[in-house]
Amino acid sequence: MSKTTLRAFMPRQDLISFVVLAVVIFIVMPLCTDIFRLNLIGKYLTYAFVAVGLVLCWGYGGILSLGQGVFFGLGGYCMAMFLKLEASTPEATKIQSTPGIPDFMDWNQLTELPWFWEPFHSLPFTIIAVLVVPTIFAYIIGVAMFKRRVGGVYFAIITQAIASILTILIIGQQGYTGGVNGITDLRTLLGWDIRTDSAKYVLYFVNGILLFACLLFAQFVRKSKLGRILLAMREREDRVRFSGYDVSNFKTFVFCMGAAFSAIGGAMFTLQVGFMSPSFVGIVPSIELVIFCAVGGRMSIIGAVYGTLLINWAKTTFSESFPELWLFAMGALFIGVVMAFPSGLAGLYQTHAKPWVDKALFKLLSQRESTNSNSPVTAD
Amino acid sequence: MFSDYSTAELVSIFAMQGFAGLILFSVFVLMALGLAIIFGQMGVINMAHGEFMILGAYVTYLISNLFSEYMPALFGIYFFIAMIAAFFTAGALGAFVEWAMIRHLYKRPLDTLLATWGLSLIMQQLYRTVFGAREVGVSLPDWLMGSIPMTDTIDIPINGLFVMGLTIVISVSVYLLMFKSRWGGQVRAVVQNRPMAGAVGINTEKSDRMTFALGCAIAGVAGSAFTMIGSTGPTAGQLYIVDTFLVVVFGGAQSLLGTIASAFTISQAQSTMEFFLSGSMAKVLTLLVVVGILMLRPQGLFALKIRH
Repeated sequence: MSKTTLRAFMPRQDLISFVVLAVVIFIVMPLCTDIFRLNLIGKYLTYAFVAVGLVLCWGYGGILSLGQGVFFGLGGYCMAMFLKLEASTPEATKIQSTPGIPDFMDWNQLTELPWFWEPFHSLPFTIIAVLVVPTIFAYIIGVAMFKRRVGGVYFAIITQAIASILTILIIGQQGYTGGVNGITDLRTLLGWDIRTDSAKYVLYFVNGILLFACLLFAQFVRKSKLGRILLAMREREDRVRFSGYDVSNFKTFVFCMGAAFSAIGGAMFTLQVGFMSPSFVGIVPSIELVIFCAVGGRMSIIGAVYGTLLINWAKTTFSESFPELWLFAMGALFIGVVMAFPSGLAGLYQTHAKPWVDKALFKLLSQRESTNSNSPVTAD
Repeated sequence: MFSDYSTAELVSIFAMQGFAGLILFSVFVLMALGLAIIFGQMGVINMAHGEFMILGAYVTYLISNLFSEYMPALFGIYFFIAMIAAFFTAGALGAFVEWAMIRHLYKRPLDTLLATWGLSLIMQQLYRTVFGAREVGVSLPDWLMGSIPMTDTIDIPINGLFVMGLTIVISVSVYLLMFKSRWGGQVRAVVQNRPMAGAVGINTEKSDRMTFALGCAIAGVAGSAFTMIGSTGPTAGQLYIVDTFLVVVFGGAQSLLGTIASAFTISQAQSTMEFFLSGSMAKVLTLLVVVGILMLRPQGLFALKIRH
């Protein structure tokens, strides 16, 4: 990549915010917090994957999906199925009436492993499934909806219904999915105990690196021609269509991308938290994921990460000390973000903090320049 | 799966499930009518609609307690007073919400979704703080209890009949109000062409506020009716909101007749299947079919023919 294309892909402003975020995630957080808190932050960051995908889908493409929890959950469940199978070796489960199958299946009188669990004995298959299953699912939804020009509000309601369907299905099919408790008691990944502190450290960093990979990909999409088409589509869809673009393909692509991001987040969530349950799939978590994105700023991928961190941090601290107040605060936040600052934290920074930061930077730079130019004078 | 039952049994199963479906249908229609007015006519996504319904239910609960405490002689008719109170409480709150929030967001329909979701969280927590997290139920007056035996195997509960009668009355009044009254004409004019409606002298702001308030008020009555067949908890509203939106969208957002037809289809399908499959699978299947049909026919079953 030549220097100019690199600049086009990553202008200096964006580069600075990427570096700042990297410093925060990889240096400040691990140094300032103990492993318990760091693990929590890692958990929050898995939601940030979803929020970044939503920035592109919703902020850029104008497609509001209220079913991102579905993809987060699918990714998470794929990973959880692998870990669960690894944790239910015949020796570990020998007290069950059928050893070798996950404990919840035994409780539900299943005597053999269902066929769709079989392939999850293999890690490569699982990793592929984490990415492919949600993407194909998103592709089917996307093609079916966007080809028929279902958009806006209707798309939001249908994705919400899909989230609701999947939750009911998971809860109803207790023997196959662990029901409302989800898949719990996950222990090792290829024999490596994921519950130890050192494993948590490693997983935190892996999570961070994956998040940055997604962010860079999102930045690439944003700055490429695709990003501009998405924006154009959001503003005037029919004009883009009349210019000869197949709008539905672009929408499907960005929706699938959001789904893949969410799925990676879901898989990392399972690894770091050690369980997966339907409470991360349904309507309520899906809408919360949208609000993370909205608070961060629906047009800023970096803002989405900060928004997610901030809200989850607030949620944890608030609901520890004032569980009653938290829902009020959360509700007020929803209303406030929509009514008062629709472009979120990133927008606030742009309008209020940025002139001040720029001025400070300018002062710093010009001072250095003036001392440079003054130095010969003082030498005289 | 039918071979295990005799013909007579099957008939009574279908009759009983059909009746259960009719009650579900009544609840759907009551909730969906309000939503169809707000969403179909104004394009506002009101995620707090379920909470307005719960407000009506709590008002009914309070009034029933009031009557059994102070006016036990009049307990038989408390329900009518409770319904009127629920109508006006929910309507007044609706008008306030429209003034404080919704009117700033008419140009951004997706944002109304987020803002009203925030409102619904606040209302839920408010209910929890005031009434406690436990579900509450009202005691029915004597004349509403019991059931009418039709045959040996088929019983028709009276409260179900009453809710159905109420649904018919409310549906007919909404129809008359929207399509036969002067005010309804103004509302429809504002929805179809706002600048033109304003130009011929209709106060569009007032019309919006009244429409939103009416939708919420109907939700309040729905909640009031709902107390007769189930108990009320702070989060009960959320259980119905997705179903209700699907009902409205499935029927074609702007058509009240479509809303009623789709509520009928969905509720009957669900309650008939519920007997043969588990409840959750019946729901999954119904929702899947609805989503599938919506993908084929995004405007819903009864779409108005308009050029967009």
